[in-house]
Amino acid sequence: MKSEATILPDVLDIKAIRADFPILSTKVYGKPLVYFDNAATSQKPWAVIKAIENYYTTLNSNVHRGVHYLSQHATDAFELSRKKAADFINAAHDYEVIITRGTTDSINLVAYSYGKAFVKEGDEIIISAMEHHSNIVPWQILCEDRKATLKVIPMNEKGELQMDVYAGMLNEKVKLVAVAYVSNSLGTVNPVRDIISMAHRLDIPVLLDAAQAVQHIPIVVQELDVDFLAFSGHKVYGPTGVGVLYGKESWLNQMPPYQGGGEMIKTVSFEKTVYNELPFKFEAGTPNIEAAICLGAAFDYVNQLGLEKIQQYEHELLEYATAKLSEVEKIQFVGTAADKSSVVSFNIEGAHPYDVGVILDKLGIAVRTGHHCCQRVMDAFSIPGTVRASIAFYNTREEVDILVAGVKKAASMLV
Amino acid sequence: MGSSSPFRGQGVELKTMTINEIQDDLVDEFSLFGDWMEKYEHIIQLGKELPLIDPAYKKEEYLIRGCQSQVWLHADYKDGKVIFTADSDAIITKGLVGMMVRVLSDHTPDEIVKADLYFVDMIGLKEHLSVTRSNGLLAMIKQMKVYALALQSKVTDN
Repeated sequence: MKSEATILPDVLDIKAIRADFPILSTKVYGKPLVYFDNAATSQKPWAVIKAIENYYTTLNSNVHRGVHYLSQHATDAFELSRKKAADFINAAHDYEVIITRGTTDSINLVAYSYGKAFVKEGDEIIISAMEHHSNIVPWQILCEDRKATLKVIPMNEKGELQMDVYAGMLNEKVKLVAVAYVSNSLGTVNPVRDIISMAHRLDIPVLLDAAQAVQHIPIVVQELDVDFLAFSGHKVYGPTGVGVLYGKESWLNQMPPYQGGGEMIKTVSFEKTVYNELPFKFEAGTPNIEAAICLGAAFDYVNQLGLEKIQQYEHELLEYATAKLSEVEKIQFVGTAADKSSVVSFNIEGAHPYDVGVILDKLGIAVRTGHHCCQRVMDAFSIPGTVRASIAFYNTREEVDILVAGVKKAASMLV
Repeated sequence: MGSSSPFRGQGVELKTMTINEIQDDLVDEFSLFGDWMEKYEHIIQLGKELPLIDPAYKKEEYLIRGCQSQVWLHADYKDGKVIFTADSDAIITKGLVGMMVRVLSDHTPDEIVKADLYFVDMIGLKEHLSVTRSNGLLAMIKQMKVYALALQSKVTDN
């Protein structure tokens, strides 16, 4: 562990950054808020909050269908956001970015549309043992519908995928591999490059659930050569109710629409409807215009800080938190992979995670407790859940110290 | 409270106490505590003192599954009164469960069905009964009333 004296100056000006997030100066139960529930949702900077106000005071109008001034400007802003999303993940084309409601919506879109076009009886879909329920259930629904089989890549006791087992699972019956880039409950960063290249040897496409990755790790989809990538706006400092599905043009063009309605059509007659082209084919109905436009402001904010710097700072803070927490008696870390990002999941031996969470809450510390929508992960470790502290770039070492003191206090009361 | 059970140790006294008298007692008991930590220390103590449910009842059939913590509840009917025993895997939930048992156990089905559990709010623990907490507590209270209601109708039928 690093001693206080050897800690280098932060790569980011955290004090200035914290001033950008008004909610961080909130007091709860008379104590300063210590927000470590960033994997559930991130807080929003003024840039995003003001963009929301700006949207309703200067832009509000429906997109893509009006000839009038406001509609054109709202449409331009919406499309600019799509471009920013494409740039954020380094996609080759803007039209490979579908604006959705969030990660769950994005994954359901692929499960439905890709499933309809490519999955038939006897086929297999591969997921992993550490998936969030939203990257399990859509595939279960698809497999049930198609009489296909869902296969699961196992993990070891550290929370790392067993890649040798994965290699053996790949065969011509497998129609898609869908895995998390970063695990929300364990913090494991999966070896996605290997996962993708191994699948591609058999021409199997790969979907990455990047809900816990885009805000922490710079992503170049073209270099990863990933076929689909899903993430949510609200976890990357943007509004709720908006997300992104990136899909390679070649796949998206072969997939039928997900939902029918306005916007996704070219011409409609009662005999035959001609669908719109990408990306509109997959965007039925009026989208969450406000959220989509303001997500662009969130990308600008993150870009201005720089994801490389964010990654470096968060990595240092994660190491500091892990080292400090390991001083707590009877602490048991859940998820100790060699490559981790932004999440510390733990239990205190003899204390239920719910109880620890209740005490921490009263100390002003926000953490998540429970199974984190990963019941199968908790079953694998034979625990009812964990206490999860998840880090963002606005968190500080002082906040980690408050967390550690809080965990010690909870342990003294509960054990 | 000492080492005695919170609802049996004072059995003689409790039998004469109404549900509301017990609730008022609890509110008084908690008024002694200055801050949240002291309140929770007391709840944890109550949880530790709650007599364990008979292991025979600590199974799926008696389980009330919360998203966060789980509660086991069993009801007996003796001499016109309902006797509850309960348990939870989380100690704070167990303390709260213990308070519910202390308030509602050993009363007639009619009294239990009509009970207005105001003490939770007055102690400042209302958040534990919110649906979002999903600790099994709200479902447990509902279940206690359902048991009482079922017994009440049985009594009326007879």
